Amino acid sequence: MNKITKTLTCLLAASGLATVAVADQDATLTINGELTIATTVAAPADSPLDELFSGWVFRSGETQALQMDDFDNPSFIFVDQAIEQFAKVEGTEGESCASCHTDVAEFKGLRTTLPRHNASTGKLDTMATLINDCRTNRMGAEPWKYSKGKMTAMKALIGLQSRGMPMNVAVDGAAAEHFELGKEIYYTRVGQLDMSCANCHEDNYDTMIRADHLSQGQINGFPTYRLKNAKLNSIQGRFKGCMKNIRATPYKEGSKEFTALELYVASRGNGLPVETPSVRN
Amino acid sequence: MSLTRRNALALGSAAIAVTLVPLRAFAASEKSMEAIKAFAGEAAVTEGSFDLTTPEIAENGNTVPVSFSAPGAKRVMLLADGNPSPGVASFEFGALSDSSGSTRIRLAGTQNVIAVAEMADGSIVQVAKAVKVTIGGCGG
Amino acid sequence: MAKARVKAPKTAAAGELVTIKTLVNHPMESGQRKDKEGKIIPRKIINAFSATFGGEAVVAATFEPAISTNPYFQFSFTVPATGDLVMKWTDDDGSMIEQTKTITVA
Repeated sequence: MNKITKTLTCLLAASGLATVAVADQDATLTINGELTIATTVAAPADSPLDELFSGWVFRSGETQALQMDDFDNPSFIFVDQAIEQFAKVEGTEGESCASCHTDVAEFKGLRTTLPRHNASTGKLDTMATLINDCRTNRMGAEPWKYSKGKMTAMKALIGLQSRGMPMNVAVDGAAAEHFELGKEIYYTRVGQLDMSCANCHEDNYDTMIRADHLSQGQINGFPTYRLKNAKLNSIQGRFKGCMKNIRATPYKEGSKEFTALELYVASRGNGLPVETPSVRN
Repeated sequence: MSLTRRNALALGSAAIAVTLVPLRAFAASEKSMEAIKAFAGEAAVTEGSFDLTTPEIAENGNTVPVSFSAPGAKRVMLLADGNPSPGVASFEFGALSDSSGSTRIRLAGTQNVIAVAEMADGSIVQVAKAVKVTIGGCGG
Repeated sequence: MAKARVKAPKTAAAGELVTIKTLVNHPMESGQRKDKEGKIIPRKIINAFSATFGGEAVVAATFEPAISTNPYFQFSFTVPATGDLVMKWTDDDGSMIEQTKTITVA
């Protein structure tokens, strides 16, 4: 803590005021008393940021506590549902996810590389496109909607297998053009409020926007259980919400724009450990 | 680089903390008073000292963690004084219980959360905590 | 009806105070919200919870719409001897979820 913060903390303590529920930069994220996950890491050399902070750091003590225990974390209701779904036979081929992927733990590491370029389609694969690809092409089942319950639950289950591993998306080679598109979108002002992602999440993180404590907009914890709507929220669902908040017409979930943006935002968090499924406000 | 912008936040927080409603000064709404009266029956209601834990600032009014611990209490009732309907939950404890509980509640706005307990000797006591409920700048 | 998640110890010493955590996947529709046409979405909540151990009442609770979606409730009690912790949740529509956890005293 620097000198000013120390003085203020002393003043607060001396005046007998209880700790106010602001983010505690020094709090440690330890899950179930055993898994400690770094929530602050050094930014890569070419990053516009100096340090990377997980969204967890910016939340109140009570919200942070909800993520520290897999029972207290309401996301696990949906993880349980996905575990059942994983074994469920669906579609014309009479298979379940488990028919091919015997153990969901097989997916360890997958979340850290997504979105990633797909050489055969020329597009970016996200967790959702991979899941739907299996469902439609291999199971003969109906695809799931991008941000509806079954999809977010399955993303949470698969993402959980990478919990604690640092994000590591590739932005070079074939992914480069998508990275550049995503970067352009990130810095372009849009909407009636004429704001870009960067205005809040790069220029003003750690300040208050009304009563909200702005984060860096990292996505290492998605899908996340938001207290606001008491359910799991997907990355592109959140992008959509953010754009609506600045009164811009959102891109469509699954669109080239949002997928490129997802790659760019993920790359801004390269190095931050996966926290899926997290709890945010 | 540390989170130096927190300094501005800490100063602001001190200002907020000073304006917190002191425990004795709270006046419950009419609906709350009715609920408390119904709970207490003929007994007088006095101020208690059992633990009622709420956040000082609730990050989101949709899910606010609340817990209480009233050792020896036979019954406890929780009220959200500023909600359209103050009733939150009521509990009856058996002999094996330690008369404590923890849950998550919805608060419509900044208000007092009131816990009323019937103690082992039949006396009725109440505790209140002020909770600031914020409306975010983003995502509602 | 929805399922309940319960965290309870499998064993305890006689006279030990144990903490039980419960979480149910339920929308807890308050009856205050309106749909897109402006009509009130009818109330549908879990309105009661009870827990007994070895047949003896531990806690009986009534819940109002102010309890958050996916109702969470944590309580503690002293375990006298090996027994079954039987928990019941009741929905407004009368349906119930029941879960039993056995706690063994060595």
